[in-house]
Amino acid sequence: MADGHTSHADLRRTPLFALHQALGARMVPFAGWEMPVQYPMGVLREHLHTRTAAGLFDVSHMGQVILRHPGGAAGAAAALERLCPQDFATLAEGRQRYGLFTSDAGGILDDLMVANFGDHLFLVVNAANALADVAHLRAGLPDCTVEVLTAHALIALQGPGAEAALAALAPGVAGMRFMDARTVAVPGGEIRVSRSGYTGEDGFEISLPAAEAEGFARALLDQPGVAPIGLGARDSLRLEAGLCLHGSDIGPDTSPVEADLIWAIQKVRRPGGARAGGFPGADRVLEQITHGAPRTRVGLRPDGRAPMRGGTALFAAEAGGEAVGHVTSGGFGPSVDAPIAMGYVASAHAAPGTPLWGEVRGKRLPVTVSPLPFHPHAYRR
Amino acid sequence: MKFTEDHEWLRVEGDLVVVGITEHAAEQLGDVVFVELPEPETMVTKGDEVCVIESVKAASDILAPLDGEIVEVNGKLTDKPAMVNTDPTGAAWFFKMRVEDMGALDEYMSEDEYADFVAG
Repeated sequence: MADGHTSHADLRRTPLFALHQALGARMVPFAGWEMPVQYPMGVLREHLHTRTAAGLFDVSHMGQVILRHPGGAAGAAAALERLCPQDFATLAEGRQRYGLFTSDAGGILDDLMVANFGDHLFLVVNAANALADVAHLRAGLPDCTVEVLTAHALIALQGPGAEAALAALAPGVAGMRFMDARTVAVPGGEIRVSRSGYTGEDGFEISLPAAEAEGFARALLDQPGVAPIGLGARDSLRLEAGLCLHGSDIGPDTSPVEADLIWAIQKVRRPGGARAGGFPGADRVLEQITHGAPRTRVGLRPDGRAPMRGGTALFAAEAGGEAVGHVTSGGFGPSVDAPIAMGYVASAHAAPGTPLWGEVRGKRLPVTVSPLPFHPHAYRR
Repeated sequence: MKFTEDHEWLRVEGDLVVVGITEHAAEQLGDVVFVELPEPETMVTKGDEVCVIESVKAASDILAPLDGEIVEVNGKLTDKPAMVNTDPTGAAWFFKMRVEDMGALDEYMSEDEYADFVAG
Protein backbone atom coordinates (compact mmCIF):
# COMPACT_ATOMS: atom_id res chain seq x y z
CA MET A 1 0.00 0.00 0.00
CA ALA A 2 2.97 2.28 -0.52
CA ASP A 3 2.30 5.73 -1.89
CA GLY A 4 3.86 6.67 -5.19
CA HIS A 5 5.83 9.74 -4.24
CA THR A 6 7.26 10.77 -7.57
CA SER A 7 8.96 14.02 -8.30
CA HIS A 8 6.92 16.14 -10.67
CA ALA A 9 9.89 18.34 -11.46
CA ASP A 10 10.90 18.53 -15.11
CA LEU A 11 7.51 17.32 -16.26
CA ARG A 12 5.81 19.24 -19.04
CA ARG A 13 2.34 20.67 -18.53
CA THR A 14 -0.38 20.92 -21.14
CA PRO A 15 -2.37 24.11 -21.79
CA LEU A 16 -5.18 22.56 -19.70
CA PHE A 17 -3.07 22.00 -16.55
CA ALA A 18 -4.81 24.74 -14.55
CA LEU A 19 -8.20 23.38 -15.57
CA HIS A 20 -7.27 19.89 -14.39
CA GLN A 21 -6.28 21.31 -11.01
CA ALA A 22 -9.48 23.31 -10.78
CA LEU A 23 -11.46 20.14 -11.56
CA GLY A 24 -9.72 18.25 -8.75
CA ALA A 25 -7.74 15.87 -10.96
CA ARG A 26 -5.07 13.59 -9.55
CA MET A 27 -2.00 14.35 -11.64
CA VAL A 28 0.63 11.72 -12.48
CA PRO A 29 3.76 11.61 -14.61
CA PHE A 30 3.09 10.09 -18.03
CA ALA A 31 5.56 10.04 -20.94
CA GLY A 32 7.32 13.11 -19.55
CA TRP A 33 4.09 15.03 -18.94
CA GLU A 34 2.09 15.79 -15.84
CA MET A 35 -1.32 14.40 -16.75
CA PRO A 36 -4.67 13.78 -15.06
CA VAL A 37 -5.09 10.07 -14.28
CA GLN A 38 -8.55 10.59 -12.81
CA TYR A 39 -10.95 13.22 -11.51
CA PRO A 40 -13.08 12.96 -8.36
CA MET A 41 -15.62 10.83 -10.28
CA GLY A 42 -13.09 7.97 -10.32
CA VAL A 43 -11.89 5.68 -13.11
CA LEU A 44 -14.85 3.28 -13.06
CA ARG A 45 -17.54 5.94 -13.32
CA GLU A 46 -15.51 8.01 -15.77
CA HIS A 47 -15.30 4.97 -18.03
CA LEU A 48 -19.04 4.27 -17.86
CA HIS A 49 -19.86 7.95 -18.28
CA THR A 50 -17.91 8.05 -21.55
CA ARG A 51 -19.85 5.04 -22.88
CA THR A 52 -23.24 6.51 -21.97
CA ALA A 53 -22.80 10.29 -22.27
CA ALA A 54 -19.63 12.15 -23.25
CA GLY A 55 -16.08 12.35 -21.92
CA LEU A 56 -13.57 15.12 -22.45
CA PHE A 57 -9.92 14.03 -22.52
CA ASP A 58 -6.82 16.21 -22.59
CA VAL A 59 -4.50 14.50 -25.05
CA SER A 60 -2.31 17.55 -25.63
CA HIS A 61 0.74 15.47 -24.70
CA MET A 62 0.49 13.73 -28.06
CA GLY A 63 2.68 14.98 -30.88
CA GLN A 64 1.01 17.08 -33.58
CA VAL A 65 3.00 17.34 -36.79
CA ILE A 66 2.39 19.08 -40.09
CA LEU A 67 4.08 17.43 -43.05
CA ARG A 68 4.54 19.55 -46.16
CA HIS A 69 6.05 18.78 -49.54
CA PRO A 70 6.60 20.87 -52.68
CA GLY A 71 4.11 18.54 -54.33
CA GLY A 72 1.42 19.38 -51.78
CA ALA A 73 -0.49 16.76 -49.81
CA ALA A 74 -0.04 14.26 -52.66
CA GLY A 75 3.72 14.76 -52.53
CA ALA A 76 3.77 14.42 -48.76
CA ALA A 77 1.62 11.28 -48.98
CA ALA A 78 3.94 9.69 -51.53
CA ALA A 79 6.92 10.54 -49.33
CA LEU A 80 5.32 9.20 -46.15
CA GLU A 81 4.74 5.86 -47.88
CA ARG A 82 8.54 5.41 -47.71
CA LEU A 83 8.25 5.17 -43.90
CA CYS A 84 4.83 3.53 -43.50
CA PRO A 85 3.16 0.45 -45.01
CA GLN A 86 -0.07 2.36 -45.64
CA ASP A 87 -1.72 3.61 -48.81
CA PHE A 88 -1.69 7.36 -48.28
CA ALA A 89 -1.75 8.18 -52.02
CA THR A 90 -5.49 7.55 -52.17
CA LEU A 91 -6.22 9.27 -48.86
CA ALA A 92 -8.68 11.92 -50.02
CA GLU A 93 -8.68 15.48 -48.77
CA GLY A 94 -10.73 15.60 -45.58
CA ARG A 95 -10.01 12.00 -44.64
CA GLN A 96 -7.83 10.42 -41.96
CA ARG A 97 -6.16 7.00 -41.84
CA TYR A 98 -4.40 4.91 -39.18
CA GLY A 99 -0.70 4.38 -39.91
CA LEU A 100 2.46 2.72 -38.61
CA PHE A 101 6.12 3.65 -38.69
CA THR A 102 7.96 0.38 -39.26
CA SER A 103 11.56 -0.37 -38.35
CA ASP A 104 14.13 -1.96 -40.64
CA ALA A 105 13.45 -5.21 -38.78
CA GLY A 106 9.73 -4.93 -39.49
CA GLY A 107 8.79 -3.86 -35.97
CA ILE A 108 6.50 -0.97 -35.08
CA LEU A 109 8.32 2.23 -34.11
CA ASP A 110 5.03 4.01 -33.48
CA ASP A 111 1.43 4.13 -34.58
CA LEU A 112 -0.12 7.37 -35.73
CA MET A 113 -3.04 9.11 -37.37
CA VAL A 114 -2.55 10.76 -40.76
CA ALA A 115 -5.07 13.26 -42.15
CA ASN A 116 -5.15 15.00 -45.53
CA PHE A 117 -5.81 18.73 -45.08
CA GLY A 118 -5.52 19.64 -48.76
CA ASP A 119 -2.10 21.27 -48.95
CA HIS A 120 -0.45 19.25 -46.18
CA LEU A 121 -0.76 16.12 -44.05
CA PHE A 122 -1.52 16.38 -40.34
CA LEU A 123 -0.01 13.64 -38.16
CA VAL A 124 -0.79 12.77 -34.54
CA VAL A 125 1.82 10.57 -32.85
CA ASN A 126 2.28 9.11 -29.37
CA ALA A 127 3.72 11.40 -26.71
CA ALA A 128 6.47 9.00 -25.68
CA ASN A 129 7.69 8.67 -29.27
CA ALA A 130 7.11 12.20 -30.54
CA LEU A 131 10.75 13.31 -30.50
CA ALA A 132 11.96 10.10 -32.13
CA ASP A 133 9.18 10.25 -34.72
CA VAL A 134 10.05 13.80 -35.72
CA ALA A 135 13.72 12.86 -36.07
CA HIS A 136 12.68 9.81 -38.11
CA LEU A 137 10.55 11.96 -40.41
CA ARG A 138 13.30 14.55 -40.90
CA ALA A 139 15.96 11.92 -41.58
CA GLY A 140 13.81 9.78 -43.83
CA LEU A 141 11.96 12.50 -45.73
CA PRO A 142 14.49 15.21 -46.61
CA ASP A 143 12.15 16.33 -49.40
CA CYS A 144 9.51 17.29 -46.81
CA THR A 145 9.30 19.99 -44.16
CA VAL A 146 8.30 18.76 -40.73
CA GLU A 147 6.61 21.31 -38.47
CA VAL A 148 5.81 20.34 -34.88
CA LEU A 149 2.84 22.16 -33.36
CA THR A 150 4.22 22.96 -29.92
CA ALA A 151 1.66 25.65 -29.07
CA HIS A 152 -1.47 23.63 -29.73
CA ALA A 153 -3.69 21.61 -27.44
CA LEU A 154 -5.42 18.38 -28.44
CA ILE A 155 -8.78 17.57 -26.86
CA ALA A 156 -10.73 14.36 -27.40
CA LEU A 157 -14.49 14.37 -26.93
CA GLN A 158 -15.83 10.81 -26.89
CA GLY A 159 -19.13 9.07 -26.39
CA PRO A 160 -22.70 9.09 -27.71
CA GLY A 161 -23.18 12.67 -26.50
CA ALA A 162 -20.04 13.98 -28.21
CA GLU A 163 -21.67 15.11 -31.45
CA ALA A 164 -24.37 17.21 -29.83
CA ALA A 165 -21.89 18.79 -27.40
CA LEU A 166 -19.34 19.74 -30.05
CA ALA A 167 -21.98 20.79 -32.60
CA ALA A 168 -23.32 23.29 -30.07
CA LEU A 169 -20.00 25.13 -30.38
CA ALA A 170 -19.02 24.14 -33.92
CA PRO A 171 -22.12 23.28 -35.97
CA GLY A 172 -19.92 22.26 -38.90
CA VAL A 173 -19.00 18.96 -37.28
CA ALA A 174 -22.47 17.39 -37.45
CA GLY A 175 -22.08 16.21 -41.03
CA MET A 176 -18.74 14.50 -40.44
CA ARG A 177 -18.44 10.74 -40.43
CA PHE A 178 -15.87 8.41 -38.88
CA MET A 179 -12.32 9.35 -39.90
CA ASP A 180 -13.32 12.59 -41.58
CA ALA A 181 -10.88 15.39 -40.77
CA ARG A 182 -11.39 19.05 -41.53
CA THR A 183 -10.98 22.60 -40.38
CA VAL A 184 -14.12 23.93 -38.73
CA ALA A 185 -15.02 27.53 -37.96
CA VAL A 186 -15.77 28.50 -34.38
CA PRO A 187 -16.38 31.97 -32.96
CA GLY A 188 -13.00 33.66 -32.92
CA GLY A 189 -11.13 31.28 -35.18
CA GLU A 190 -10.77 27.77 -36.52
CA ILE A 191 -10.24 24.35 -35.01
CA ARG A 192 -8.93 21.21 -36.62
CA VAL A 193 -11.36 18.34 -36.05
CA SER A 194 -11.27 14.63 -36.84
CA ARG A 195 -14.12 12.25 -36.11
CA SER A 196 -12.06 9.60 -34.37
CA GLY A 197 -10.68 8.65 -31.01
CA TYR A 198 -9.30 5.95 -28.77
CA THR A 199 -12.32 4.65 -26.88
CA GLY A 200 -14.35 2.68 -29.45
CA GLU A 201 -17.08 5.33 -29.17
CA ASP A 202 -18.17 7.91 -31.68
CA GLY A 203 -16.30 11.10 -31.00
CA PHE A 204 -13.86 13.77 -32.08
CA GLU A 205 -10.29 14.88 -31.62
CA ILE A 206 -9.88 18.65 -31.70
CA SER A 207 -6.63 20.54 -32.24
CA LEU A 208 -6.60 24.22 -31.37
CA PRO A 209 -4.20 26.96 -30.28
CA ALA A 210 -3.03 26.59 -26.68
CA ALA A 211 -4.32 30.02 -25.69
CA GLU A 212 -7.88 29.06 -26.64
CA ALA A 213 -7.81 25.55 -25.19
CA GLU A 214 -9.05 26.17 -21.67
CA GLY A 215 -11.95 28.37 -22.76
CA PHE A 216 -12.97 25.82 -25.36
CA ALA A 217 -12.67 22.90 -22.94
CA ARG A 218 -14.75 24.76 -20.35
CA ALA A 219 -17.38 25.52 -22.98
CA LEU A 220 -17.54 21.80 -23.83
CA LEU A 221 -17.75 20.86 -20.14
CA ASP A 222 -20.71 23.25 -19.84
CA GLN A 223 -22.64 21.18 -22.38
CA PRO A 224 -25.11 18.64 -20.97
CA GLY A 225 -23.54 15.29 -20.13
CA VAL A 226 -19.89 16.22 -20.72
CA ALA A 227 -17.48 15.23 -17.93
CA PRO A 228 -13.68 15.34 -17.76
CA ILE A 229 -12.06 11.91 -18.06
CA GLY A 230 -8.53 10.93 -17.05
CA LEU A 231 -5.88 8.61 -18.44
CA GLY A 232 -7.06 5.76 -16.22
CA ALA A 233 -10.41 5.47 -17.96
CA ARG A 234 -8.79 6.22 -21.32
CA ASP A 235 -6.77 3.03 -20.86
CA SER A 236 -9.70 0.81 -19.84
CA LEU A 237 -11.84 2.25 -22.67
CA ARG A 238 -9.22 1.56 -25.33
CA LEU A 239 -8.57 -1.93 -23.94
CA GLU A 240 -12.28 -2.81 -24.13
CA ALA A 241 -12.23 -1.45 -27.69
CA GLY A 242 -9.31 -3.79 -28.54
CA LEU A 243 -7.08 -0.84 -29.47
CA CYS A 244 -3.31 -1.19 -29.11
CA LEU A 245 -1.17 0.88 -26.76
CA HIS A 246 2.26 1.45 -28.28
CA GLY A 247 4.95 0.45 -25.82
CA SER A 248 2.70 -2.26 -24.36
CA ASP A 249 0.76 -4.11 -27.09
CA ILE A 250 2.86 -3.06 -30.05
CA GLY A 251 6.45 -1.90 -30.33
CA PRO A 252 9.76 -2.37 -32.10
CA ASP A 253 9.66 -6.08 -31.19
CA THR A 254 6.27 -6.76 -32.75
CA SER A 255 5.51 -6.79 -36.46
CA PRO A 256 2.20 -5.49 -37.87
CA VAL A 257 1.29 -9.07 -38.79
CA GLU A 258 1.98 -10.41 -35.30
CA ALA A 259 -0.02 -7.47 -33.94
CA ASP A 260 -3.02 -8.50 -36.10
CA LEU A 261 -2.86 -5.13 -37.85
CA ILE A 262 -2.81 -6.42 -41.44
CA TRP A 263 -6.10 -4.56 -41.91
CA ALA A 264 -4.09 -1.35 -41.55
CA ILE A 265 -1.89 -2.31 -44.52
CA GLN A 266 -3.95 -1.65 -47.62
CA LYS A 267 -3.85 -4.24 -50.42
CA VAL A 268 -1.86 -1.96 -52.73
CA ARG A 269 1.11 -2.19 -50.31
CA ARG A 270 0.83 -5.97 -49.79
CA PRO A 271 2.41 -8.72 -51.91
CA GLY A 272 1.07 -8.42 -55.46
CA GLY A 273 -0.07 -4.84 -54.95
CA ALA A 274 0.91 -2.05 -57.33
CA ARG A 275 3.03 -0.38 -54.64
CA ALA A 276 3.92 -3.48 -52.61
CA GLY A 277 6.73 -3.00 -50.09
CA GLY A 278 8.92 0.06 -50.23
CA PHE A 279 8.77 0.74 -46.48
CA PRO A 280 11.28 -0.17 -43.73
CA GLY A 281 11.20 -3.86 -42.86
CA ALA A 282 9.02 -4.67 -45.89
CA ASP A 283 10.79 -7.99 -46.53
CA ARG A 284 9.77 -9.40 -43.16
CA VAL A 285 6.31 -7.86 -43.11
CA LEU A 286 5.40 -9.03 -46.64
CA GLU A 287 6.79 -12.49 -45.92
CA GLN A 288 4.60 -12.71 -42.81
CA ILE A 289 1.54 -11.50 -44.72
CA THR A 290 2.06 -14.39 -47.13
CA HIS A 291 3.11 -17.14 -44.71
CA GLY A 292 1.78 -15.99 -41.34
CA ALA A 293 3.59 -14.99 -38.16
CA PRO A 294 4.79 -17.31 -35.40
CA ARG A 295 2.73 -15.46 -32.80
CA THR A 296 -0.40 -13.36 -32.81
CA ARG A 297 -1.99 -10.64 -30.69
CA VAL A 298 -5.26 -11.90 -29.22
CA GLY A 299 -7.97 -10.88 -26.80
CA LEU A 300 -8.07 -12.76 -23.48
CA ARG A 301 -10.96 -13.24 -21.06
CA PRO A 302 -9.94 -14.56 -17.64
CA ASP A 303 -12.56 -17.11 -16.52
CA GLY A 304 -12.48 -15.83 -12.93
CA ARG A 305 -12.62 -12.33 -11.46
CA ALA A 306 -8.89 -11.79 -10.95
CA PRO A 307 -7.41 -9.36 -13.49
CA MET A 308 -4.37 -10.55 -15.47
CA ARG A 309 -2.02 -7.60 -15.80
CA GLY A 310 0.65 -6.94 -18.42
CA GLY A 311 3.53 -9.41 -18.07
CA THR A 312 1.39 -12.37 -16.97
CA ALA A 313 2.83 -15.55 -18.54
CA LEU A 314 0.38 -17.73 -20.51
CA PHE A 315 0.49 -21.52 -20.65
CA ALA A 316 -1.31 -24.17 -22.71
CA ALA A 317 -1.79 -26.44 -19.70
CA GLU A 318 -2.72 -26.08 -16.05
CA ALA A 319 0.63 -27.54 -15.03
CA GLY A 320 4.01 -27.93 -16.68
CA GLY A 321 5.21 -26.88 -20.11
CA GLU A 322 6.81 -23.71 -21.38
CA ALA A 323 4.93 -20.43 -21.65
CA VAL A 324 3.13 -20.03 -25.00
CA GLY A 325 2.73 -16.28 -24.64
CA HIS A 326 2.19 -13.37 -22.31
CA VAL A 327 -0.26 -10.60 -21.51
CA THR A 328 0.65 -7.13 -22.79
CA SER A 329 -2.30 -5.15 -21.37
CA GLY A 330 -4.74 -6.33 -18.78
CA GLY A 331 -7.16 -5.05 -16.22
CA PHE A 332 -10.82 -4.71 -15.46
CA GLY A 333 -13.35 -3.75 -18.14
CA PRO A 334 -16.08 -1.68 -16.47
CA SER A 335 -18.51 -2.00 -19.42
CA VAL A 336 -18.05 -5.76 -19.77
CA ASP A 337 -17.97 -5.98 -15.94
CA ALA A 338 -15.18 -8.52 -16.02
CA PRO A 339 -11.41 -8.70 -16.27
CA ILE A 340 -10.08 -8.40 -19.83
CA ALA A 341 -6.65 -8.51 -21.40
CA MET A 342 -4.74 -8.74 -24.63
CA GLY A 343 -1.45 -10.36 -25.33
CA TYR A 344 0.64 -12.46 -27.68
CA VAL A 345 0.37 -16.23 -28.03
CA ALA A 346 1.99 -18.77 -30.35
CA SER A 347 -0.26 -18.76 -33.42
CA ALA A 348 -1.30 -22.39 -32.80
CA HIS A 349 -3.09 -21.14 -29.68
CA ALA A 350 -4.61 -17.98 -31.17
CA ALA A 351 -8.05 -19.21 -32.23
CA PRO A 352 -10.94 -17.69 -30.26
CA GLY A 353 -12.16 -20.15 -27.66
CA THR A 354 -8.73 -21.67 -27.04
CA PRO A 355 -8.33 -22.40 -23.30
CA LEU A 356 -5.12 -21.13 -21.74
CA TRP A 357 -3.81 -20.51 -18.23
CA GLY A 358 -2.29 -17.30 -16.94
CA GLU A 359 0.14 -17.45 -14.04
CA VAL A 360 -1.01 -14.94 -11.41
CA ARG A 361 0.89 -14.81 -8.12
CA GLY A 362 2.27 -18.31 -8.70
CA LYS A 363 -1.10 -19.89 -9.56
CA ARG A 364 -2.28 -20.83 -13.05
CA LEU A 365 -5.77 -19.41 -13.59
CA PRO A 366 -7.93 -20.28 -16.61
CA VAL A 367 -8.29 -17.71 -19.38
CA THR A 368 -9.92 -18.02 -22.81
CA VAL A 369 -8.76 -16.53 -26.11
CA SER A 370 -11.49 -14.10 -27.11
CA PRO A 371 -12.41 -12.03 -30.17
CA LEU A 372 -11.65 -8.31 -30.09
CA PRO A 373 -13.11 -5.85 -29.36
CA PHE A 374 -14.59 -6.77 -25.97
CA HIS A 375 -17.08 -3.92 -26.28
CA PRO A 376 -18.58 -3.20 -29.73
CA HIS A 377 -17.36 -0.11 -31.57
CA ALA A 378 -19.92 2.65 -32.02
CA TYR A 379 -18.25 4.62 -34.83
CA ARG A 380 -20.44 6.87 -37.01
CA ARG A 381 -19.51 5.40 -40.38
CA MET B 1 -7.95 1.84 16.48
CA LYS B 2 -4.30 1.51 15.46
CA PHE B 3 -2.74 2.26 12.07
CA THR B 4 0.26 0.89 10.18
CA GLU B 5 2.57 2.63 7.75
CA ASP B 6 1.15 0.26 5.14
CA HIS B 7 -2.21 2.04 5.56
CA GLU B 8 -3.96 -0.75 7.40
CA TRP B 9 -6.19 -0.21 10.43
CA LEU B 10 -6.32 -2.61 13.38
CA ARG B 11 -9.25 -2.76 15.77
CA VAL B 12 -9.33 -4.93 18.88
CA GLU B 13 -12.54 -6.94 19.15
CA GLY B 14 -12.50 -9.13 22.26
CA ASP B 15 -9.42 -11.32 21.95
CA LEU B 16 -9.21 -10.78 18.17
CA VAL B 17 -7.73 -8.05 15.99
CA VAL B 18 -9.81 -6.94 12.98
CA VAL B 19 -7.80 -5.67 9.99
CA GLY B 20 -8.78 -3.47 7.05
CA ILE B 21 -7.37 -0.67 4.91
CA THR B 22 -7.74 3.02 5.63
CA GLU B 23 -9.89 5.52 3.79
CA HIS B 24 -6.71 7.11 2.52
CA ALA B 25 -5.55 3.78 1.10
CA ALA B 26 -8.92 3.07 -0.50
CA GLU B 27 -8.94 6.47 -2.12
CA GLN B 28 -5.41 6.06 -3.42
CA LEU B 29 -6.21 2.62 -4.84
CA GLY B 30 -9.27 3.78 -6.72
CA ASP B 31 -12.20 1.52 -7.55
CA VAL B 32 -11.52 -1.95 -6.15
CA VAL B 33 -12.62 -4.71 -8.54
CA PHE B 34 -11.15 -7.87 -7.02
CA VAL B 35 -10.19 -9.09 -3.56
CA GLU B 36 -8.42 -12.36 -2.77
CA LEU B 37 -8.67 -13.45 0.87
CA PRO B 38 -6.58 -15.96 2.81
CA GLU B 39 -7.93 -19.28 4.07
CA PRO B 40 -9.17 -19.14 7.65
CA GLU B 41 -6.99 -21.00 10.16
CA THR B 42 -3.82 -19.83 8.40
CA MET B 43 -0.83 -19.08 10.61
CA VAL B 44 0.88 -15.89 9.48
CA THR B 45 4.03 -13.99 10.34
CA LYS B 46 4.14 -10.21 10.41
CA GLY B 47 4.92 -8.98 6.88
CA ASP B 48 3.38 -11.97 5.06
CA GLU B 49 1.28 -11.05 2.02
CA VAL B 50 -2.13 -12.30 3.08
CA CYS B 51 -4.65 -10.53 0.80
CA VAL B 52 -4.60 -9.21 -2.75
CA ILE B 53 -6.54 -6.09 -3.70
CA GLU B 54 -6.92 -5.24 -7.38
CA SER B 55 -8.24 -1.85 -8.34
CA VAL B 56 -8.93 -0.55 -11.83
CA LYS B 57 -5.38 0.76 -11.68
CA ALA B 58 -3.16 -1.81 -10.02
CA ALA B 59 -2.72 -4.74 -7.67
CA SER B 60 -1.72 -4.28 -4.03
CA ASP B 61 -1.15 -6.58 -1.09
CA ILE B 62 -2.31 -6.49 2.48
CA LEU B 63 0.46 -7.60 4.80
CA ALA B 64 -0.08 -9.43 8.06
CA PRO B 65 0.45 -6.66 10.66
CA LEU B 66 1.24 -9.09 13.49
CA ASP B 67 2.20 -12.70 14.12
CA GLY B 68 -0.81 -14.91 14.68
CA GLU B 69 -3.62 -16.92 13.13
CA ILE B 70 -6.24 -15.74 10.63
CA VAL B 71 -9.48 -16.98 12.19
CA GLU B 72 -12.12 -15.34 10.01
CA VAL B 73 -12.24 -13.59 6.61
CA ASN B 74 -14.87 -11.24 5.18
CA GLY B 75 -16.26 -13.32 2.32
CA LYS B 76 -18.63 -10.50 1.30
CA LEU B 77 -15.65 -8.67 -0.20
CA THR B 78 -15.22 -11.39 -2.81
CA ASP B 79 -18.69 -10.70 -4.23
CA LYS B 80 -18.70 -6.95 -3.57
CA PRO B 81 -15.13 -5.66 -3.75
CA ALA B 82 -16.47 -2.11 -4.22
CA MET B 83 -17.33 -2.15 -0.48
CA VAL B 84 -13.66 -1.38 0.07
CA ASN B 85 -14.29 2.06 -1.45
CA THR B 86 -17.68 2.73 0.11
CA ASP B 87 -17.00 1.61 3.70
CA PRO B 88 -13.29 0.85 4.16
CA THR B 89 -13.22 1.17 7.94
CA GLY B 90 -16.56 -0.54 8.57
CA ALA B 91 -18.23 -3.25 6.49
CA ALA B 92 -15.12 -3.80 4.36
CA TRP B 93 -12.91 -5.36 7.05
CA PHE B 94 -10.64 -8.02 5.51
CA PHE B 95 -9.84 -10.54 8.24
CA LYS B 96 -9.79 -11.18 11.97
CA MET B 97 -6.74 -12.65 13.58
CA ARG B 98 -5.79 -14.09 16.94
CA VAL B 99 -2.43 -12.62 17.78
CA GLU B 100 0.20 -14.09 20.00
CA ASP B 101 1.12 -10.80 21.66
CA MET B 102 -1.50 -8.09 21.93
CA GLY B 103 1.26 -5.85 23.28
CA ALA B 104 2.72 -5.75 19.78
CA LEU B 105 -0.16 -3.46 18.79
CA ASP B 106 1.46 -0.68 20.79
CA GLU B 107 4.12 -0.13 18.17
CA TYR B 108 1.51 1.10 15.69
CA MET B 109 0.23 4.63 15.24
CA SER B 110 -2.76 6.25 16.90
CA GLU B 111 -5.37 7.93 14.70
CA ASP B 112 -3.73 11.33 15.19
CA GLU B 113 -0.27 9.97 14.46
CA TYR B 114 -1.59 8.31 11.31
CA ALA B 115 -3.23 11.54 10.16
CA ASP B 116 0.14 13.27 10.52
CA PHE B 117 1.84 10.39 8.70
CA VAL B 118 -0.54 10.67 5.74
CA ALA B 119 -0.19 14.45 5.65
CA GLY B 120 3.54 13.75 5.30
